[in-house]
Amino acid sequence: MTIEVFEHPFDPWQAVADYRSSHLAIGKSGASAVFVGTMRDFNEGDDVQAMVLEHYPGMTEKQLQALVNQSISAHNLDDALVIHRVGELKPGEDIVLVATFSAHRKAAFDACREIMEALKSTAPFWKKETLASGERWVEKNTAG
Amino acid sequence: MSINVRFFASLKERIGSAALEIDAQGITTARDVWTSASGQEADEEMLVAINKEYAALDRTVADGDEVAFFPPVTGG
Repeated sequence: MTIEVFEHPFDPWQAVADYRSSHLAIGKSGASAVFVGTMRDFNEGDDVQAMVLEHYPGMTEKQLQALVNQSISAHNLDDALVIHRVGELKPGEDIVLVATFSAHRKAAFDACREIMEALKSTAPFWKKETLASGERWVEKNTAG
Repeated sequence: MSINVRFFASLKERIGSAALEIDAQGITTARDVWTSASGQEADEEMLVAINKEYAALDRTVADGDEVAFFPPVTGG
């Protein structure tokens, strides 16, 4: 299991390819499920020009490790990779990657969704958007 | 005898500080820490972490603890 918090843009697809070749045993994981969250240029009816993602260093990693470990155990995953951006982002940049690896598809699909939902509701990240009219904190996540 | 207090996101802006240290004397719970550090009533939507783990507002704190206050999280 690997958790990473990046202050710079990253390529989630390359990260998955690299992780598979460096961490996964050949022929073991029959299923890989991947979720990538990307910054939009709109929210709640407004154009969004940029965003700053703040986090709580130390607690972020601790919380992510706990929730990923829980899903690995619950779904008997072979492995999981989570990467999350912080700092200043522009629309089109990727925010989050959740990749899960298991013998069969159900565990990988279910765990990927579960990790993503747990991350959104418990990992200490906060978004502040830049609009043409100024800045605002995002107060709640979208439902799904 | 002190408690390290941290604020994040909109609460950091509301308080005007990211971190401060308060005297632990007379402090029993995270709610006491908030009141002492902010001079405001606790907002029930606010989240609390003690030593980087989620905790209830009425959880007991100890000398040397790091107590953080922040709004609902919005990552992902």
